[in-house]
Amino acid sequence: MSPEAIAPESGASTPPTSRGGPVSFNAKHLLGIEPLSVDQIQLILETAKSLREISTRPIKKVPTLRGKTVINLFFEASTRTRTSFEIAAKRLSADAINISTSSSSIVKGETLVDTARNLEAMAPDVIVIRHSSAGAPHQLAGTCSACIVNAGDGAHEHPTQALLDALTILDHKPTLKGLRVAIIGDIAHSRVARSNCLLLGKMGARVTVCGPPTLLPVGFDRIGSADGSLAVTDRMDDALEGADVVMMLRIQMERQREAFFPSVREYFRYYGLTARRMRSAKPDAIIMHPGPINRGVEIASEVADGPYSVILGQVASGVAIRMAVLYLVIGGREHPSRALEG
Amino acid sequence: MASLLVRNGRVLDPAQELDGISDVLLEDGRVSRIARGLQAPGSTVLDASGLIVAPGLIDIHVHLREPGREDEETIQSGSEAAAVGGFTSICCMPNTDPVNDNPAVTSFILKEAERGALTRVFPIGAISVGSAGERLAEIGEMVNAGAIGISDDGKGVMDGQLMRRAMEYSLPFKIPLIEHCEDLNLSARGCMNEGYHSTVLGLKGMSRTAEDAMAARDIMLAELTGAHIHIAHLSTRGAADLVRQGKKKGIHVTCEVCPHHFTLSDAACRHYDTNTKMSPPLRTEDDIEALREAIVDGTVDCIVTDHAPHNPNEKMLEFDRAPFGIIGLETALGLVLTHLYHPGLISLRRVVELMSTQPAQLINQPLGHLKAGTAADLTLFDPDAEWVYDLGQTKSKSRNSPFHGTALKGRVAATIVAGKIVYQSPEYFKE
Repeated sequence: MSPEAIAPESGASTPPTSRGGPVSFNAKHLLGIEPLSVDQIQLILETAKSLREISTRPIKKVPTLRGKTVINLFFEASTRTRTSFEIAAKRLSADAINISTSSSSIVKGETLVDTARNLEAMAPDVIVIRHSSAGAPHQLAGTCSACIVNAGDGAHEHPTQALLDALTILDHKPTLKGLRVAIIGDIAHSRVARSNCLLLGKMGARVTVCGPPTLLPVGFDRIGSADGSLAVTDRMDDALEGADVVMMLRIQMERQREAFFPSVREYFRYYGLTARRMRSAKPDAIIMHPGPINRGVEIASEVADGPYSVILGQVASGVAIRMAVLYLVIGGREHPSRALEG
Repeated sequence: MASLLVRNGRVLDPAQELDGISDVLLEDGRVSRIARGLQAPGSTVLDASGLIVAPGLIDIHVHLREPGREDEETIQSGSEAAAVGGFTSICCMPNTDPVNDNPAVTSFILKEAERGALTRVFPIGAISVGSAGERLAEIGEMVNAGAIGISDDGKGVMDGQLMRRAMEYSLPFKIPLIEHCEDLNLSARGCMNEGYHSTVLGLKGMSRTAEDAMAARDIMLAELTGAHIHIAHLSTRGAADLVRQGKKKGIHVTCEVCPHHFTLSDAACRHYDTNTKMSPPLRTEDDIEALREAIVDGTVDCIVTDHAPHNPNEKMLEFDRAPFGIIGLETALGLVLTHLYHPGLISLRRVVELMSTQPAQLINQPLGHLKAGTAADLTLFDPDAEWVYDLGQTKSKSRNSPFHGTALKGRVAATIVAGKIVYQSPEYFKE
């Protein structure tokens, strides 16, 4: 296959460069947004943009990661993220193996580290891990030689979600810098909120997080921003005021039982996104949701399906971001088109 | 019978206002004489030049895991680690399997200790049957069998009425009620301190208020009943303030703190190292400052380790699933000297008070001093020796310490129990 096979269409952006040479990703794992530099975030986004075109071809496959093995190790139920990683790996010609255990392997008396060592013996290049315990990917990274990609760990981070959200925003807005972003819902239990606050903070956006005080954890205002650009409020209208981007978070029904709020009805009254509420935001504001959405709980159908909703665009961005991440952690130091040269 | 002459050390015994170079003669397992230039023909001589000679250190809060989890620690292995750490007496918590909630378990622990322990071992009985917090354990029977206090350590006694009854009932036995202050509803399923770091790490937090609220209740119950409440492993500014106020009001409240709580903050959890997970959890820098103030102003009565061995396989689990607890017997004195004595916060005399004199009084034992005729338990240490803690050398059967590779200043040279040397550092005594 010729190098052109993976080259971006004309008009697609090129990866960021320094002194004319390619910027290297220079990180073995993607454990979270927290350890990433602005340059690394930009490189992932630019690489994703250039890889996105592959998914529009009649034959949606390039040989870039041929012979590489990607294990999707999912300890927590997930259709969307697992499928997205699987498609991303396959479009780059990597062999993707899915291991899903709804109940952690502890049930069988095997620890996470044991499971990882067993997989390690099969010499995978990348282990993509989703786990209900925060820090599980970090523990894997400490014991495995494979590259570890965090596909969501407890309430800690979900870095590819934040990256795909950024990519989606950039489809509608020229830059993240100075953008007003409202993140609304169950902040306390949300890895999506954490990763987004970290990424958007690094990229210069002004984020306001909002939810009932019971779902706003201690010290959240200090996340991702040493300069205090992150605001926290329990009033939805304050969060929406002048927003360019509105991100709604999923409300888990069990939180009601845990007494975080009294009822879904009441939650929706104060924190549900409706067309009327959206009038506080900018006229061209976009609405995002990491899915799956609870219609009538955190978001009204009229809004979820309305013209400003980019929820399905997020899903499409997901594949491109995961292709970029797999490519870069495996060692893609350069633009994927150049990687095939020589 | 054998005699041992500890020569030329700086004898430091707060109970007798002793602080000076002297010789200590130990005969028949008891302190015989303290004076300069003692001659004792036929006795073994231990040259303690340059060393502090103190009454043996006493740790009133350890977990020995026997019976039930002998893979993690036994009474013998725990006592060996204690001896290396300079402890001559240790008090073991009742949360074994089975729980020490009856005189048979208490007697078993004492028999095992007699058989193989290097140090004295004092069992602590449970407050409630199975430490389940529902009905009183046989407190009197356990005291009769040798228990020196009662505790449901590992969790708080949630039922205030049961706690009140336990306090009242134990009055005639003159033992401390050692309470793990934690409102389990408030701390529900948390695995580290609640604060900025738990938020960043996405880990469920345990609020400091969960400790403070329980400490407040217990101190008020002690006021009501006149019982002796001893707050275990106090870790927050709020609880320290409550104890200080309680003491001012004349309530019989005492407390202990652990070295990890005044040396490490919750920032140490940031790499998800399960050796930074314990209960109560590592708190904030502000709490560290408050604990140090409370140690300096006398609010804190003693230093304990809360030595809690865990099987490495279990500590290898995910942070939120791993068990709480770290080992601490071998690092306690080094951490106290490094972080409290060397920065000038407390004197060596105060170190001895916190680790020997006062814990002995708390558990009502005739230990913690070197008066003639008392048990010959001594700890010899070099406050200035620099060393690095190596878990590879530990005598504990477990390895769960966050202090592996930590440089410390101040080290145990020898530990003597009932006149017998149970540990001597090869650095000081080459044989």
